[in-house]
Amino acid sequence: MKLEGNEKKEYLAFVRKESPKTEHAKTMTRAFFLGGIICCIGQGISDLLRYLAPTLEEKIIMSFTLLIIITITGILTGFGIYDKIGDWGGAGSIIPITGFANSIVSPAIERKTEGVVLGLCNNMFTIAGPVIVIGLTVSVLVGLIYWFIGVI
Amino acid sequence: MEMVLIYLRVFVIGGFICLIGQILINVTKLTSARILVVFLLLGIVLESFGLFEPIKQFGRAGATIPITGFGATLAKGAIEGVKKQGLFGAITGGIQAGAMGLSTAIFVGFIVALVSKPRTK
Repeated sequence: MKLEGNEKKEYLAFVRKESPKTEHAKTMTRAFFLGGIICCIGQGISDLLRYLAPTLEEKIIMSFTLLIIITITGILTGFGIYDKIGDWGGAGSIIPITGFANSIVSPAIERKTEGVVLGLCNNMFTIAGPVIVIGLTVSVLVGLIYWFIGVI
Repeated sequence: MEMVLIYLRVFVIGGFICLIGQILINVTKLTSARILVVFLLLGIVLESFGLFEPIKQFGRAGATIPITGFGATLAKGAIEGVKKQGLFGAITGGIQAGAMGLSTAIFVGFIVALVSKPRTK
């Protein structure tokens, strides 16, 4: 059935009235808080590494910080804890690298019943896929432009 | 005292980036894949124009832990690759710099998914 004119307007008004209101203040405060906390945990891990191994290069410390924080997220997702944090914190749980890790693990677990190759492996990249494809494509593009400018 | 200030800056910068993301979600209803892509691109663009480094100096992990930092790492890898190895580095630099994040996420993701039980929501 196709709605026209007034009917459509009324229907849209009805949908707007009935659909749950986004609570801007609450979601924004929570996102800010959770995002800040996750970054502080990251800073804590890197400070700890710096303290334990003062000779390591900054680049390597950052890498190992990522390793640790992604592993923790993976395990938390496995126990279903990260998804609960995500329900609470919204964007605060998506935008940190932990959200990227969660977006790989979560669908993989969910679709595991369809088999290891077709279910698990196939669905690891439903969200992370675009991120990897676009990230790599644009970074190669940046490299090429930078090289080209250098050649001229 | 200095320590407290550093963590405060990390908290504010990291929180602020996520706050912008939440506003985007609230206003535009973007899905999480798109949100991640937007912030990744932001990181790549900022790094390419040399604007990410000052943010990183100020906000430390607050700048590097969000996916924006991952984007910046990719771009930085590509640029440094060009300096070291020319055209070869332009193509391999990005993925080399991002290798730790990517490999860990895929490796841990596979193992965790293999051992945990699917939950019905």
